[in-house]
Amino acid sequence: MAKTVDQYFDDLRGTRVWRSIFRSGTGSSTLKRALAIQQNVFLHLFSTKVRTRMLSFSATWYLGTLTLGTFLILVATGIPLMFYYHPSVPQAYADTKDLQFVVSSGLFLRNLHRWSAHAMVLLVFAHMFKVFYRGAYRTPREFNWVIGVILLLITLLLSYTGYLLPWDQLAYWAITVGSNIASAVPVMGEKIHFLLLGGNAVNANALLRFYVLHCMLLPLAAIFFVAIHFWRIRKDGGLYSHSSEPATVRAVAGAKEVR
Amino acid sequence: MTDELKKKDEVNRRQFFLKLGLGSLGIAAAGTAAFAYQYLDPNVLYEPSPVVNAGKPDRYPLDSVTLDVNSGIYIIHSQEGYFSLSAVCTHLGCLTTWKPELGIIACPCHGSKFSVSDQGKVRAGDKIEGPAPKPLPWKRIWLNDDGDLLVDRSTDVPPTARDSFVRV
Repeated sequence: MAKTVDQYFDDLRGTRVWRSIFRSGTGSSTLKRALAIQQNVFLHLFSTKVRTRMLSFSATWYLGTLTLGTFLILVATGIPLMFYYHPSVPQAYADTKDLQFVVSSGLFLRNLHRWSAHAMVLLVFAHMFKVFYRGAYRTPREFNWVIGVILLLITLLLSYTGYLLPWDQLAYWAITVGSNIASAVPVMGEKIHFLLLGGNAVNANALLRFYVLHCMLLPLAAIFFVAIHFWRIRKDGGLYSHSSEPATVRAVAGAKEVR
Repeated sequence: MTDELKKKDEVNRRQFFLKLGLGSLGIAAAGTAAFAYQYLDPNVLYEPSPVVNAGKPDRYPLDSVTLDVNSGIYIIHSQEGYFSLSAVCTHLGCLTTWKPELGIIACPCHGSKFSVSDQGKVRAGDKIEGPAPKPLPWKRIWLNDDGDLLVDRSTDVPPTARDSFVRV
């Protein structure tokens, strides 16, 4: 009798190599499935069990997951873009044009990076509005809201630093205006402006600083805080549900007592 | 020495090392912050010189306003002489432009407008309208030995200063 595809997968999961990597073992018992989540370095951030109702579209509109999706697209398109882009004054604009008109699929990658960036900012705000209007920021989730605000700032800074990199007139003046806003900080504004640009005007140093921030520091910071953000969902009792609110629980308990 | 004293002594030693350790870490952290700040603060800048050679004065006809896009300054030849205004908007740093049909300097970014001549209370460089918080600053201007106009973009001068005008 021929084996089914599932049986091939079961055989694979039974091999010594597979078992050396994934220790939870085969089988679909509740324990095995819980172990598969709990013993995976990536999945252990999440709860081993989630209410089916919380996975429905109406509960979250999937806004947080969609934001993560755009972030992953941005990483996946940004790294190939780095192979052709030199963050230097004579080359940056020419490289951007090459990506647009010469490099195979360069136009596709660049546009995907650009539109995903816009989508990510939009989704972050949508996600925050959804959380806010549902009241999902309240105890015990206040700290995760704060992490969310930090992630909002990182998203906006990523957007801002990426804006300069094409090194065209729009980029140049947008960063001139934006960095001058930093000068408005009392007392240390001028110094912040100077350190941000690495000089007195948007120039070679500013381009390199924004490149390093855009491709290294800010993505790493985003990954760090996203990890905490996801882990806190589990620690704060899973996704927000109205029925688990202390007030709702008390009201339900009160109604039972009266009866 | 009583047992009680000895006990107290041990705790103090532990606290001493704890404080010593935390203090060392604190000093190391402060040192790292100071080094990081110094490292990120450039000591040498490869930026264009703040002193601009604007050429011979006869390049600029009487009652003319000339913008040098590359250096971001205006050379204005008025009845009283030659003077130079910064072309960088005092609002958020955009490059302003001279509007000959309106006789004013205007910023394309957020609509600030500046005067180029004295009209009543309004001095040259003063804001006429828009969000700009300050007038366009006057820049130090002088003639070198070859008879070229030089402008120091890094030095603001009051309109009444001796080196705010060149009279040829």
